[in-house]
Amino acid sequence: MRSLILETATRFLAPLLILFSLFLLSRGHHESGGGFAGGLLASIAFALHLFASDPKAGREVLPVDPHVLIGAGLLVAFVSGAIPLFGGLPLFTGLWIPPASGTTPHYGSPLLFDIGVYLVVAGITVLILHTTAEE
Amino acid sequence: MAVTRASGAAAPVPPWVRAVPLIPLALFIAFAARIASVASGAVWTFSAPWAPSLGLALTFRLDGLALLFALLITGVGVLITAFATSYLAGDPRLGRFQLFLLLFMGSMLGVTTADNAILLFIFWELTSISSFLLIGFDHQRKEARDAALEALLVTSGGGLALLAGLVMLGRAGGSFEISEIASVSGHPLYMPIVVTVALGCFTKSAQTPFHFWLPSAMEAPTPVSAYLHSATMVKAGVYLLARLAPALGGTATWTLLLGITGGVTMLTGSFLALRARDLKRILAYSTVAALGMLVLLLGVGTREAAVAAVLFLLAHALYKASLFLMAGTIEYDAGSRNVDELGGLGRAMPLAAVVTGVGALGLAGFGPILAFIAKETMLGSLLAAPTGAIAVTALLLASAMLTAVAVTIGWRLFWGESLRAPSGGAIRESKSLIAAPLLLAIASVAFAIVPAWAAAIVAPAASSVTGVWAALELHLWHGPGMPLLLSAGSLLGGLAIHFGLRRFDLAAATEGFVSRGPQRWYGWSITALVDGSARFSRLLQSGYLRSYVKIILVTVIALVASTMVKSGIAPTRQDWDEVRFHEVVIALVIMMAALVAVRSESRLGAVAALGVVGYGVALMFITFSAPDLAMTQFLVETLMVILFVQVIYHLPRFVRISPARTRAIDACISIAVGAIMTVFVIIAANESVPNDAARFFAEASYREAYGRNMVNVILVDFRALDTAGEITVLAIAAVGVYALLKIRGEAPGT
Repeated sequence: MRSLILETATRFLAPLLILFSLFLLSRGHHESGGGFAGGLLASIAFALHLFASDPKAGREVLPVDPHVLIGAGLLVAFVSGAIPLFGGLPLFTGLWIPPASGTTPHYGSPLLFDIGVYLVVAGITVLILHTTAEE
Repeated sequence: MAVTRASGAAAPVPPWVRAVPLIPLALFIAFAARIASVASGAVWTFSAPWAPSLGLALTFRLDGLALLFALLITGVGVLITAFATSYLAGDPRLGRFQLFLLLFMGSMLGVTTADNAILLFIFWELTSISSFLLIGFDHQRKEARDAALEALLVTSGGGLALLAGLVMLGRAGGSFEISEIASVSGHPLYMPIVVTVALGCFTKSAQTPFHFWLPSAMEAPTPVSAYLHSATMVKAGVYLLARLAPALGGTATWTLLLGITGGVTMLTGSFLALRARDLKRILAYSTVAALGMLVLLLGVGTREAAVAAVLFLLAHALYKASLFLMAGTIEYDAGSRNVDELGGLGRAMPLAAVVTGVGALGLAGFGPILAFIAKETMLGSLLAAPTGAIAVTALLLASAMLTAVAVTIGWRLFWGESLRAPSGGAIRESKSLIAAPLLLAIASVAFAIVPAWAAAIVAPAASSVTGVWAALELHLWHGPGMPLLLSAGSLLGGLAIHFGLRRFDLAAATEGFVSRGPQRWYGWSITALVDGSARFSRLLQSGYLRSYVKIILVTVIALVASTMVKSGIAPTRQDWDEVRFHEVVIALVIMMAALVAVRSESRLGAVAALGVVGYGVALMFITFSAPDLAMTQFLVETLMVILFVQVIYHLPRFVRISPARTRAIDACISIAVGAIMTVFVIIAANESVPNDAARFFAEASYREAYGRNMVNVILVDFRALDTAGEITVLAIAAVGVYALLKIRGEAPGT
């Protein structure tokens, strides 16, 4: 059963949801949000697409295998934690790139870690959604 | 036959495997080069930090006792690996076999040279593991697997006791370096230390009532039996008792415990050797007897006894390893290991007859070989000991029984008649197999003819045991005296037993008694262990999600309620007043939705109602100013509904399967959890304890981590390691879910 309205709406809504999830991820350090919530929201975008089309198309809209997302996320998260080791600092010490202006840095290893969390959460949820949809 | 000979199609063994004996040979030469310096009192030590915060260091120490063992391990190791190269010639598993042997050799060298008690324990366990691998080498046979497991369970069970003992010893002695520990006999922990350490040593060295694993271990290929189960590993327990004698010995407890255990083991072993018919089992039981003698001698505590113990240890390793290898050779050539089926092999195997004969002399402790000197020294030291009379009597009795065994092995197999049908076919002697036992026999004789060589190794080793340095002189011929007289007596007794048994079936006569022994207790305890674990698992792991949830909730009720009752906290009037009106409304909505979910006749209705419960909880989070939690909760609830909708057509029919009684119990549990948590939260929300953690995070999250969202800063920075662990768990769980769904999808016919 396909709904034209849902399909059309999804075409606009899903990218917006992904965008919003990235926004949540990026603002997480100061406002409500973060990798976990962002990852969940991203997977909801894919769920929406899944409902609007069929399982096969739902899977094809994501260019990579969700397994890869999970692995990449774990890799990013652990690499971000391991970087300080090279400087002789303890595991998972937050490292920041000094800001061009002002005193608050924006980019650092905690952000990288949050990106890892985002990827893992999104990957897991999409994986489960796709697998159950195929049943 | 323990090792199936390879068929012609087997893959060839790479040539480097033939070079394996060179490794122990190089080590042997390196250790032998130190004999002179160690004999002059020098001690070689090596130390490197390992885990300093735990008091762990990689300390090794080569003194007289360690050197004796190191020479035995590497020297016998050369011959065993060389023997195995011929014994398993053409077998594709030779490489693996040699690897296991080397693994064992390294562990055993570690046991005997480690000075740190914990390090020693680690090597000790490694010898158990390599022994497991070697006994179970022929892993396609159930007997081999069972025997491997039996040896592992018995020795590692004792190993646990040993670990406790070593930790207590380290505490009591003030150091984990064994060489730094003075006598702890006055310490309040002395008794538990002795008992636990002795338990570890007795299981490892097959003392009664743990002796049963050693004969079972004869399932191993013959080189293993010769190496691990006669010359080296089983002596690890004896080694540790000797090593700890300065710290633990010299008390009545020590003497009694070791004396009685050793004496009983000695008699048990020699008696069982007498009634066994399998050549390897006979040798295994005689090894048990020899281990008993060693433990008995270590219990005595005099210098003569220590010398006798060390001397006998060396002599025994030489003759017993050679006998074991001969057992393997005889089986290889004559096709049987049953002494009743063998006889008159001397004509076909003259060299084997000589080598076995020398070994049998060692078993009897008579003739121009080192074992004779050892036996004389043993008798002399026991005669001089305070309560030696009982020990001497027991030793003579055991010795007589072993002599009877020696006559069977050394004489009847080669020059006597077979008791049953003789093994058919022409027997050809394998010369390549005899080389190793021949060398051992030559060493046995050479040490006896030039006792000064033996003295150079034995004297420093005995000094390590007694803790006092002293010179030693050994002679093959002591002149007529009490020891020689007693020795002759045991020899005559042995001959009498041997000929007496020709007309008496000892095995049948004592079967009823022996079959009730410790082997049977082991079987019972293993059965009980397996049944008990199965029952326990069934109780806890029912496989139903509902029972897991039930167990968790009941535990929560019990813990929270009991704590609240014990500490007497109850919500005050003021606490209740703090509850705001809109909170009550949200709570009521959640409760209604929960009720709908329970009562719903359709699954979709129940799912929707559960969604309302979730959104209600998220609203509650917002009222308590936790927007992050609320946002995540909303998203999770949404996803839950999506997932439910996806799988709803695949779920079984929505019916009530539980009887009314179960549902009533479930309702009670649910209401209790809800009520208790409500009361708990109301108390906790108004508790104004000074919360340092909250203040720290509030202040530090922006100053140190440059983030204003405290929750997120904690997640990705302060407690990032926890989060990393959580996402790893999530990923593993997802892979599990994926696999379960896929397997179900792909299973044929479902």
